[in-house]
Amino acid sequence: MFRRFDAASVAFTFEGMPVMAAAGETVAAALLAAGVRSVRTTAVSGSARAPWCMMGVCFDCLVEIDGVANRQGCMVVVSPGMVVRRQVGAKDLG
Amino acid sequence: MRGFDLIVIGGGLVGGAVAFGAARLGARVALLDEGDVAFRAARGNFGLVWIQSKGAGMPPYAHWSRQSAALWAGLSDALSEVTGVAPALRQNGGFAFCLSDDEFARQAERVQRMHNESGGIGTRMLDRAELRAMLPQVGDEVVGAAFCPIDGHANPLLLLRGLQAGLLAKGGEYLPGRHVDAIDYDGGFTVQCGAERFTCAKVVIAAGLGSRDLAPMVGLEMPVTPLKGQILVTERVRPFLDYATHVVRQTDEGSVMMGDSQEDVGFDIRTTTPVLKDIAARNIKVFPLLREANVVRTWGALRVMTPDGCPIYEESVSHPGAFSATCHSGVTLAGAHAMALAPAILGAGLPPAMKAFEAARFKSGKINVPSF
Ligand SMILES: Cc1cc2nc3c(=O)[nH]c(=O)nc-3n(C[C@H](O)[C@H](O)[C@H](O)COP(=O)(O)OP(=O)(O)OC[C@H]3O[C@@H](n4cnc5c(N)ncnc54)[C@H](O)[C@@H]3O)c2cc1C
Ligand code: FES
Repeated sequence: MFRRFDAASVAFTFEGMPVMAAAGETVAAALLAAGVRSVRTTAVSGSARAPWCMMGVCFDCLVEIDGVANRQGCMVVVSPGMVVRRQVGAKDLG
Repeated sequence: MRGFDLIVIGGGLVGGAVAFGAARLGARVALLDEGDVAFRAARGNFGLVWIQSKGAGMPPYAHWSRQSAALWAGLSDALSEVTGVAPALRQNGGFAFCLSDDEFARQAERVQRMHNESGGIGTRMLDRAELRAMLPQVGDEVVGAAFCPIDGHANPLLLLRGLQAGLLAKGGEYLPGRHVDAIDYDGGFTVQCGAERFTCAKVVIAAGLGSRDLAPMVGLEMPVTPLKGQILVTERVRPFLDYATHVVRQTDEGSVMMGDSQEDVGFDIRTTTPVLKDIAARNIKVFPLLREANVVRTWGALRVMTPDGCPIYEESVSHPGAFSATCHSGVTLAGAHAMALAPAILGAGLPPAMKAFEAARFKSGKINVPSF
């Protein structure tokens, strides 16, 4: 569905799988470019969601980044070695 | 010109509850609402069904609130049945936290005073150990709490939507974008909205902050003023709080609402960082785990306050068939408004016990201080 124009040079992982991103790209953009179709499940019904607005409004791009839950993937630039996981349901405050 | 048995002016929670309650009994009802330009508390409130502190110094208000608590489940069932929209009622008790020994002593004194004035409803003071047994996550700065078993909470937006949908399902009409400009009386009522005219046998003024100007048109008085409250809402988090509290609640869908301030600042609904910070800080003392929760929205809204904080319900002497209805707890009192007030308005009028809610009390000189 998405085609890259720039070379992908930044390595991170999503659910333990290696993913390449272009420098300056957001987590959400890199995941979409890598063919990921769902990054989270919703808090109430558990249905699957993918990044949508790409501008910080819809919260459908929520992922866990480096152990921090409920981060907006479209608002965070990928950095090398980042560990990204699916956000499954609501965040747990512990 | 269309005619109705009852016209309710004001499509907030008070008007919505009365209109649904009346339509449910078979009356032909129209609910007129000014619309998005108005100040509308029904769309900005905290969602508590809160009984424990209501009516200190005013036993009829305490009893009315308790009656509402008892009628709420019936309202919730009626809405679910008629509309399929359940207002997410959870009525398993509520906590009012005390953050110092002083607060604890004052709270205990209030609980005792209300017990003496209005009878017991099972409210009891819990020390920290008893509180921790029920709410393990409370922070070390919490000294204790008052717990009232009949308090609860609901989703106020679903309630509002349910009341409107219920009105329509029972053959009533919801007419938004109608600012009532005048009400004429000739034995029946003619309600004017711009060039439109509606007639009715009975009319209820439940227009929130707009009531002040409408009431004198039918010989009533509703001297209400705005009192701002600010609220913060967090992202959805896993359930950790299964009870209502006076400052924080977790909704059925996981968001945490924190509130709410009481600011006498006129018709101003802006949010202000110092107040939001105070609210957040107090709630983090109560539940330290909230430190990890991200706030996703904040807003301000205006309560509809009478001089003593207690409701006004009254039938006009000069314009029989015209009623006033206002309060600062439209969620809490929705049960009573739909299931007790609406039938009385349609039927023989307000029972003698409700005389205490007439506006004449504001002229007596000794006005009670509002309590929440
Ligand atoms: C911050 C905050 C927190 C709150 N928390 C709680 C809580 O936890 N529990 C609780 O029980 N209550 C709470 N409340 C109170 C509750 O929201 C109100 O009691 C409730 O909304 C009912 O108000 P109302 O229907 O009288 O007024 P509103 O909801 O303001 O509705 C009045 C309606 O009248 C309409 N109107 C005005 N003038 C005219 C006119 N001339 N013609 C036609 N229509 C007109 C407006 O469009 C409006 O929709 C809270 C309120 C606030 C502001
Ligand atoms: S994609 Fe909408 S907030 Fe990130």
